[in-house]
Amino acid sequence: MATRYFGKPIKRNEDPRLLKGQALFVDDVNLPDMLHVAFVRSDYAHAKIKSIDVSAAREREGVVAVYTAEDLGDYWQPGPLLVPPPPIAGLTFNQKTQVPLAKDRLKHVGEPIAVIVAASRYIAEDAAEDVIVDVEPLEAVADLESALSDEAPVIHEDLDSNLSAHVVQEKGNYAKIRAQADVLIKRRIFYDHGIAAAMENRGIVAHWNAKEQHLKIWDTTQAPIPIQNGLAAMLGLSESQVQVVAPFIGGGFGPKIMMFYPEEVLIPWISMQLQRPVKWIEDRRENFFATTHERSQIHDSEIALTRDGKVLGVQDVFLHDAGAYAPYGLTVPINSQCTLLGPYDVPNYYSEFKAVFTNKTIVTPYRGAGRQHGVFVMERLLDLAAKQLGIDRVEIRRRNYLTPDQFPHDHEIVYQDFAPLVYDSGNYQPALERAAEMIGFHDFIKNDQPAARTAGRHLGIGIVSYVEGTGIGPYEGARIKVDASGKVNVATGIGTQGQGHFTSFAQIVADQLGVTVDNVRVVTGDTCEFHWGTGTFASRGAVVAGNAIHAAAVGVRKKILKHASEHLEAAEADLVLDNGAVHVKGVPQKSVSLGELARISNPLRGAVKPGMEPGLESTDYFGPERGTTASGVHAMIVEVDPDAMMVEIKRFVVVHDCGKVINPMILEGQIHGGVAQGIGNSFYEELVYDEGGQLLNASLMDYLLPTATDVPHIETDHIETPSPLNPLGVKGAGEAGAIPVGALFAQAIEDALSDYDLEILEIPLSPNRLFELVHMQAATKQES
Amino acid sequence: MKPAPFKYFAPSTVDEVLALLAEHGFDAKILAGGQSLIPTMNFRLAQPAVLIDINRIENLFFVREEAGELRVGAMTRHRTLERSSTVSRLAPLLTETMPNIAHPQIRNRGTIGGSIAHADPAAELPATMLALRARFKLASASEARWVEASDFFIDLFMTELQPEELLTEIAVPALPKRTGFAFKEIARRHGDYALVGVAVLLAVDEENICTDANLVFMSVGNGPVVGEQAQQALLGKKASAENMDLAAAAAASEDIDPPSDMHASSDFRRHLTKVLLKEALQTAFERAQKA
Repeated sequence: MATRYFGKPIKRNEDPRLLKGQALFVDDVNLPDMLHVAFVRSDYAHAKIKSIDVSAAREREGVVAVYTAEDLGDYWQPGPLLVPPPPIAGLTFNQKTQVPLAKDRLKHVGEPIAVIVAASRYIAEDAAEDVIVDVEPLEAVADLESALSDEAPVIHEDLDSNLSAHVVQEKGNYAKIRAQADVLIKRRIFYDHGIAAAMENRGIVAHWNAKEQHLKIWDTTQAPIPIQNGLAAMLGLSESQVQVVAPFIGGGFGPKIMMFYPEEVLIPWISMQLQRPVKWIEDRRENFFATTHERSQIHDSEIALTRDGKVLGVQDVFLHDAGAYAPYGLTVPINSQCTLLGPYDVPNYYSEFKAVFTNKTIVTPYRGAGRQHGVFVMERLLDLAAKQLGIDRVEIRRRNYLTPDQFPHDHEIVYQDFAPLVYDSGNYQPALERAAEMIGFHDFIKNDQPAARTAGRHLGIGIVSYVEGTGIGPYEGARIKVDASGKVNVATGIGTQGQGHFTSFAQIVADQLGVTVDNVRVVTGDTCEFHWGTGTFASRGAVVAGNAIHAAAVGVRKKILKHASEHLEAAEADLVLDNGAVHVKGVPQKSVSLGELARISNPLRGAVKPGMEPGLESTDYFGPERGTTASGVHAMIVEVDPDAMMVEIKRFVVVHDCGKVINPMILEGQIHGGVAQGIGNSFYEELVYDEGGQLLNASLMDYLLPTATDVPHIETDHIETPSPLNPLGVKGAGEAGAIPVGALFAQAIEDALSDYDLEILEIPLSPNRLFELVHMQAATKQES
Repeated sequence: MKPAPFKYFAPSTVDEVLALLAEHGFDAKILAGGQSLIPTMNFRLAQPAVLIDINRIENLFFVREEAGELRVGAMTRHRTLERSSTVSRLAPLLTETMPNIAHPQIRNRGTIGGSIAHADPAAELPATMLALRARFKLASASEARWVEASDFFIDLFMTELQPEELLTEIAVPALPKRTGFAFKEIARRHGDYALVGVAVLLAVDEENICTDANLVFMSVGNGPVVGEQAQQALLGKKASAENMDLAAAAAASEDIDPPSDMHASSDFRRHLTKVLLKEALQTAFERAQKA
């Protein structure tokens, strides 16, 4: 089969519609008689509800209904536990999931208390101010470290403490190897990740059509099928009565996964209660409180090495902020735990974490999903070791990489997908050498940096590596059908939030069926089109749905060849699929179009032969036994102004390995976007809370996202180490750009400010924080 | 994020506005460019009962020279000021200030009058107006008066402007000879409110003795802050690097008492003030020698 599209940087099929404003987003759905919703939310991080008075709100003109927890009756249920804890021996897990409307206690600011349904959003927000919530404020659990102390108030009354989970995973024997190490380096390391801040906030429109007995829901979800099935069960409908459409979505990044958010659960129910379409669009302020975050971990970490810089083992004990509830289980801290090991051969590993309930917004995966935290710890420990041992930063990584003959590599611990953490494949050194070469690492250290320093300028360089477990199961599916027009329709169940699925999936199909990409129409995220699958998350779309689509395309190709072989009276082996038709090899005039074959296979008269199915259609599935392991190296040169503590990125290089590349342009877009979010996480974004659990910067004026002027040109290159676990040889790329950027910032800034002798053991940074660190360091030096 | 209900008026003359202000006073807010007011209303932090939109009042939009002064109508958009050759000729410090204000989209809507009347301590224009010794014309139904910038800014978001008054016009005296200027600020991202900013006028005689210094800081107090001690460190003295360092040190330690917030501690703001003032004085001095 000729690959005319796979691997080519073709332009995206979906862009003309998006650029012309003709793509459907949830807020574009406007239906006759539609009602609008606003929520009354908690102003308190922790409080007892004494009473809720909604009478004034109910009387306001234009208000149709007001509901509190009491009004929900049996529909009031805690949300589902989306990911149960993995099978790890000795694990503790205290299950607590969010409720649709708070009943007795308020557990974080922004938790919904009442829902107002009105003729317009304006009226609904006016009425929300009419609601009087009488509370008894309680001391908030805002600090991660003191949350487990005996004095801390307990958030969930039926638990003894604020412990959400306790997990120990071990490999080898760290305690034993520690005694034999030449060098031990121990540090306390802090890493805080922020919010996804997608361009489009969440939104839901639900329309219960009583005459059709059909509920249609437009939802900004990454996982429409689990939402369909879950809501059907909650609402007492059959799954086929509920249609969930995830149309174009302005960014997912994790928090739009199948969360069964209170709003997601309530809006469809309200539509059924009132027999009218109902819309709720989250505003930016709500997004800060009501959409899940990712936040901080505090690691006490130690690395043991030989004097020539070979890692003997790592011990890492950390606290993880789970927020007020933990519906997504342990995915984030398990990712931190597993991804810490990175591309390195670490024979002995002791990792223990406690996940802690706090009076803050729920924590679930956001692009990187805890991997940043782990990578930061390991990369910082290696940098400290390199410095202490006088080894070059590139060299210490080279010395510790797993080598190609060590794959598949079993790390002997359990990953977030419940499978053992086994790297399927990898070849790390070429990416390191390539990145070092692209950025001119050694030349910079030898020439550029000293020359700049002489001229009074502070330039620094960083180079870090990481792996990313991607493309986890359980499975995805796809149905592909050739129309009588010759157009090809592809339907898959995952949602799309900007990943270019309409193009990369079309490329896979176009090559199998010998059609052009613009003749392949891809539908994602409509449960009426395809209703088996899980969703778009964990860098799995291309791997899992991509291979399902490939399998279905192979199925359709077989049917095409069978029908064409009969029609053209030629052996299948002699047939060529090209340009939307099948012809006999060497006899181009002996040809039949795919449209004609589609008609022949779906006759109006005559018979479909026994054993044959009508049409050129195939449905197939792909379920990987475990995830694939992508990897990469980032390098950066920065200039730091030591007066203003402003950091300017002079160059940014990414060498990435996600196996076979479907569309390099789309891949680069993924990496650029990830790097931008990584830069935000490292130097701009920070959720600032006070000790009462109040978020102090819930607007994009004070929560600083990097803008076009803060994100540099990003130079990329690719190494292709195909995955042996799937026919296309692909690995996920969605999160790679974001993961190692914090570690890179810390290393490069330390290098730029080498005369200040800083140790940067925290993210995020800021000019203010760098100023403090420099002054703290100066004070320490003076004392000693 | 929808505003609370309000009554909306869109008059077409200043007299109509003043009549509305006389009637509604405290309950009314003037809608100029709306770049601060509308977000505040959408957050429901401001819930004015009456909104008086002055975007249709044509004679509030002007930039002209009058008796050697720059005169600007209160509704003049930032973008107009930024691009005006009259402004750059008579008040180049104002031209230098403009690109630091937010982003082009915001400068297309935001107005000089709105920014001055709002008196955000982190905003650029109040500091620059103070440095330029501008005067503001405040009109009410009963009278019109001119107020010096130095008398106008009172406290956090508080000004001399009374509830029944409208700021209609700004007058900026042209720079005397051998007077240099500079505007510098440091912001987290381009277009953000500055962590610290400084607007400087500096005049020197032929011996480079400092004959005038007007130094104003932003984001370090409850309004634009005049660096009086820093000015004293320069007046009558040689405009040398040493004296500029002394002035910067005096500014940071004596003139300002900056607040700490999530973006910068008080100490960091003092440090940045020192760094910026040194740079700004150097630039202003170089310009003064040529002016």
